[in-house]
Amino acid sequence: MALTEDDSISSATDAVSADGAAEPSANGRVIPAIEFRGVELAFDDQVILDGIDFMVRRGETKIVLGGSGSGKSTIINLILGLIKSDAGMILVDGEDITQMDDAELMRIRRKIGMVFQEGALFDSLSVYDNVAYRLTEEGVDEVQIEHEVRRMLHFVDLEDAIEKMPSELSGGMRRRVGIARALVGNPSIVLFDEPTAGLDPPTARTICELAIKLRDLEDVSSIFVTHEMNNVEYLSSEYAIVDEKGRVHFENEGDKLCLVNTEAIMLRNGKIIFSGKDEQLKSAADPYIHRFIRGK
Amino acid sequence: MNLISNFLLELQGITLLFWRGVKGLRKQPRYFSEIIQQLDRIGVGSLGIVILTGFFTGGVLILQAYPTLQYYGAQSNAGQGVATSLIRELGPVLTALMVAGRVGSAISAELGSMVVSQQIDAMRALGTSPVRKLVTPRVIALVLALPLLTVAADIFGLFGGGIIALQIYGLDSAVYISSVRAGVDIEDLIGGIIKPIIFGFIIGMIACYKGLNTKGGTVGVGISTTNAVVAASINVIIADFFLSKLLQGFFSQTMF
Repeated sequence: MALTEDDSISSATDAVSADGAAEPSANGRVIPAIEFRGVELAFDDQVILDGIDFMVRRGETKIVLGGSGSGKSTIINLILGLIKSDAGMILVDGEDITQMDDAELMRIRRKIGMVFQEGALFDSLSVYDNVAYRLTEEGVDEVQIEHEVRRMLHFVDLEDAIEKMPSELSGGMRRRVGIARALVGNPSIVLFDEPTAGLDPPTARTICELAIKLRDLEDVSSIFVTHEMNNVEYLSSEYAIVDEKGRVHFENEGDKLCLVNTEAIMLRNGKIIFSGKDEQLKSAADPYIHRFIRGK
Repeated sequence: MNLISNFLLELQGITLLFWRGVKGLRKQPRYFSEIIQQLDRIGVGSLGIVILTGFFTGGVLILQAYPTLQYYGAQSNAGQGVATSLIRELGPVLTALMVAGRVGSAISAELGSMVVSQQIDAMRALGTSPVRKLVTPRVIALVLALPLLTVAADIFGLFGGGIIALQIYGLDSAVYISSVRAGVDIEDLIGGIIKPIIFGFIIGMIACYKGLNTKGGTVGVGISTTNAVVAASINVIIADFFLSKLLQGFFSQTMF
């Protein structure tokens, strides 16, 4: 997939400096985009998360792996404040969101783009209105909204679908519209909740390429929840570059390079059982991880 | 015990939903266009079934009451009986039950589908409060539309009664109209408007609460829709009793 430089939704410096949160804190430590400190959550007697600690640095993609029901999507819901943790701290741009009320959470949510598993497009709204939703709610001028919507749909290569209704779109198109909607307002953090589930391999690859472009060209911090190992392969071994003509290319890290802006964590029974690079993941001795990667 | 705790939990949930709606009233944006859209869907959309219900209810009241009244030589009071029954009780209650079936189920199914397809989560993630965007406009539209629909049902009920009295029993229309006038006073009209306001609120809150608390995929949508209609209908009938008693005390001279 080759795109011109104009496709980029904002410069890396714009994305980071928009909220000023990339500045080092008083102790000289760069504030992570997202940080979990000892987060615990249980529904009745069932423990979902048990003392989760991890952080997502600026411009980093954190791949969250785990079987069904392991709490992967719960992590995303906690970051958005859709559910509350029982204990621990969740910091978004250095602000603890666990004690925030709805009004404060709305402010935090404006910094975050969320891509849902099935797209979660509003059935009654056209593609245009879905992508424009956030700006319409904020009362932005209609001319500016149209410009922004067309730019986002160009980024996900779906300009032709602008007038369609969600029911007319394929699964892959719905996810891409969902990504375009999530990127409106240039969020510095994007959360992907199993965005490739149920898609054919080429379409899944396209979704991963969009995530790589966001990471490498927009400096967006992201969490990518998945249980598909080919997603891990794409995200942790390929990077996006722009050539002299402004076209985007995806290259493999090969043997000489090692991507430092992508790491994976694996959840099991509410705990993180692995955290590190994809190479470490592949060589992990844990039999569960071994089985998870190879499927046997 | 389980039934009581479930009831209390649901009451708590609906109260919290109401409180969030009230708190959201002073915040921007206010979604006036949503209220207008819902008024069209709820009010205009329900007009047909409400008119039919009112017309045939008025007709059947005359059909059943006229022979008895004739036996006692009081057939000239037939309009009074229809007017009193319709405006005080049958108009508000039957309209509310029809709207609970048509609109309550639609609201619950729509919100339930939005929950299971994560559209509600998406709305919250995009910085919009589902209570302000979805619940408040629907409840306000119901509170505004139901009294108007009730008035329509009352008018067409009286009209239906008149048609039956004239066509089947040959009652003079002037006698029927003067009898209707004699049977209705201002307290009846006020009571007949207050009730549907409360019923609209009950239907709206229950339907929205059930829809937003849908669990378990498409099967859950069906369950919450059924529960919404049943709970709204039962609560309308229970509320009607207590409202009648309350209004009876308020207008102590009249017979609510």
